[in-house]
Amino acid sequence: MSAQQVLFDAPGPRARRNILIGNIVGVLVGLGILAWIISTLAEKGQLEASMWTPFLESRTWEFFILPGLVNTLKAAAIAIVTSVLFGLIFGVGRLSHLAPVRWVAGIVVEFLRAVPVLLMMIFFWLALGSSGAVQPQDAPLIAVVIALTLYNGSVIAELVRSGVQGLPRGQREAGMAIGLTANQSLRSIEVPQALIAMLPALISQFVVILKDSALGFIITYPELLQYMRRLGVGEGNIIPSLMVAAAIFIIINFALSTLATRLSVLLSFRTKGRKPAVVGAIAMDAAST
Amino acid sequence: MRKTRYAAAAVAAVAALTLSACGGGDSAESEGGGGGEGGGESLRIGIKFDQPGLGYDEGGSYSGFDVDVAKYVAAELGVSEENIEWVEAPSANRENLLANEQVDMIFATYSITDTRKETVDFAGPYFVAGQDLLVPTDSDITGPEDLEGKNLCSVTGSTSAQKIKDQYPGVQLVEQPGYAECVTAMGGGQIDAVTTDDIILAGLAAQEANAGKFKVVGNTFSEERYGVGLPKGSDRCGDINSAITKMIGDGAWEEAITSNTEGADYTFNAELNPPEPEPCA
Amino acid sequence: MEDYLSLFETYDVLAAFWVNIQLSFWAAIWALAIGTVLALFRISPIPSLQWFGAAYVNIFRNTPLTIILAFGFLGLFSVMQISLAADLNASLFRIAIVGLAVYHAAFVCEAIRSGVNTVPLGQAEAARAIGLSFLPAARLIILPQAFRGAIAPLGNVLIALIKNSTVAAAGSVATEASGLMKTMIEFRSDLVIPIFFTFALGFVVLVIPIGLLTTWASRKLAVAR
Repeated sequence: MSAQQVLFDAPGPRARRNILIGNIVGVLVGLGILAWIISTLAEKGQLEASMWTPFLESRTWEFFILPGLVNTLKAAAIAIVTSVLFGLIFGVGRLSHLAPVRWVAGIVVEFLRAVPVLLMMIFFWLALGSSGAVQPQDAPLIAVVIALTLYNGSVIAELVRSGVQGLPRGQREAGMAIGLTANQSLRSIEVPQALIAMLPALISQFVVILKDSALGFIITYPELLQYMRRLGVGEGNIIPSLMVAAAIFIIINFALSTLATRLSVLLSFRTKGRKPAVVGAIAMDAAST
Repeated sequence: MRKTRYAAAAVAAVAALTLSACGGGDSAESEGGGGGEGGGESLRIGIKFDQPGLGYDEGGSYSGFDVDVAKYVAAELGVSEENIEWVEAPSANRENLLANEQVDMIFATYSITDTRKETVDFAGPYFVAGQDLLVPTDSDITGPEDLEGKNLCSVTGSTSAQKIKDQYPGVQLVEQPGYAECVTAMGGGQIDAVTTDDIILAGLAAQEANAGKFKVVGNTFSEERYGVGLPKGSDRCGDINSAITKMIGDGAWEEAITSNTEGADYTFNAELNPPEPEPCA
Repeated sequence: MEDYLSLFETYDVLAAFWVNIQLSFWAAIWALAIGTVLALFRISPIPSLQWFGAAYVNIFRNTPLTIILAFGFLGLFSVMQISLAADLNASLFRIAIVGLAVYHAAFVCEAIRSGVNTVPLGQAEAARAIGLSFLPAARLIILPQAFRGAIAPLGNVLIALIKNSTVAAAGSVATEASGLMKTMIEFRSDLVIPIFFTFALGFVVLVIPIGLLTTWASRKLAVAR
């Protein structure tokens, strides 16, 4: 049911009046809530100029916000690349015609999707740190990347699988008909098409990676939140600092989400007539932290 | 670019990506491999970056008591300020940083303990801190015994706070990721006291934004001897100790404490301070 | 092996999981309630409510949960001085529930909207034809079908919520599973792998049945079309 308007009739004069009244009440209540939040914050001194002027200084941007953002984006960018690789390998593994490969890939993917990312991060951080396998100050970044890769890679593996299964059977049959083996057909015909169909869901998953990278501060990775806390300690404005951090995350993620929506509209003509395969997956995985 | 060696094959793939993406790392950079060893030209010093009043990254420059002592000691070792490379040394990483020789010395609220002495060497102590309470200026709490039924805040995993909780079961303990959260909650009146080492509390209370709001109770109930962490077998211990003694003697030590805790209504424990550096092993 | 078993005498792993289950349970109920109201807002005829629903979803869906939980402690508890219980830790526990609930409500809203999208246009037209206005149509015709269509995505939100309850440690609930795991590893770093797998399997045991159950229920209850 895509056209929401059918839920209610084209409004007549009375309905229009009711909607208008509802609208005014809604706006008033909304403004009331906003005013209450602002006045409470002001009352508690959170809106004083001294709380916010640090964000007008270049020092704050140069030494806190930008380095933090760079580290956040660095962890996210590496994790995006490795997650897509992991997802392709295990997604194709789950579609393999060799039963043992299918099972192993299936167990790995199901296990990793069930384990909280934070748990994996803490584990790799402490395990790597004490093993001496990596330099101690690199352990947080590596732990963040591995944890994000294992979880999001598993989700992407599921996207690949459902994307391929959502393809019309004729694609594989055509591949076989021109003499490709099952694996060749998977690699060169099915997966590439599935990738295009799953692009919006994939981008939604990138939002998850970016958001989850913020868990890194718990294991001392100096990402944006960590830097903003540090700024907040020094300036005594931790609430405004975290608000700025939240705003930065919202802007980037909103842009990515919008891109995903646009793409899904744009690509809908290519995927018309197929089974809707990836809808559930999007709703689920975007919810991860 | 940072030069780092990775050993484990298990993480090689990820590590390779990490390495290639590490253009602007903010931690240890060693120029020309093993720089800073022996020559006395430059030093890599580990400090806290997030502890105002002790070791704090102001954005390109560093402030705090640990930093001031480190600068003084470095000068005595013949290293000028611009040749010091500051490296972040979070509590969990201090032993590792020394063991891997990624820093030459650590000034980071590093208590001398027998367990730690097994893996690292210590010079100093240069300060004897003690667990204490930070309370609002108008509070009548004077020690942990007044905390029954009160709300106490500390950082997650802090053993010092847990000790109080075990001793006074009526205390309500809140754990937060950082002291900034504790101080904010205390500013709002939801928390009655924050606990950790007295000088850390003094550094927090001395922040401009907190000036005049909080006081350090001044009734310490433990002894934390802050030492200079050195790699095992380091030959710098003696020189550092004489630098510390000189700093205490010429008044720079006391001045460093006063200037870094200004506005905190704080006086250090004069019975234990200034400390006499222990003889080097 | 004995070393490993002795861990369970020192540390109460089950109690930690119980904290996560409680957090998830209450947060799920609140998230479902808030999310349903938001979904109603988004499909309602009143523009300001539509706008509010959309703004809520876009803000909370795109903010890291860690920041939302930090705001719970700093904003609600510290600055606005809202206490939800007389006991301090009970109060912080409820604030963590609020944080988890408002975050996941955004996803519940989207899950229900995706459920609404499974309801054929004709159902709404039929509802209008028999003279139902917006709220009765939503309550009697659209939402019951939408919820049945939304079971699978709602189940996925619940799974995410259970896993995300570990982040509450960053808020102020120090007694939950991820916090305990960290403590245990720090004290017994020689047992890091068994400890991790204990906690990981705990979540597998919690989460996989829910996945299976919701998949089964969504097939069973799917509106035959």
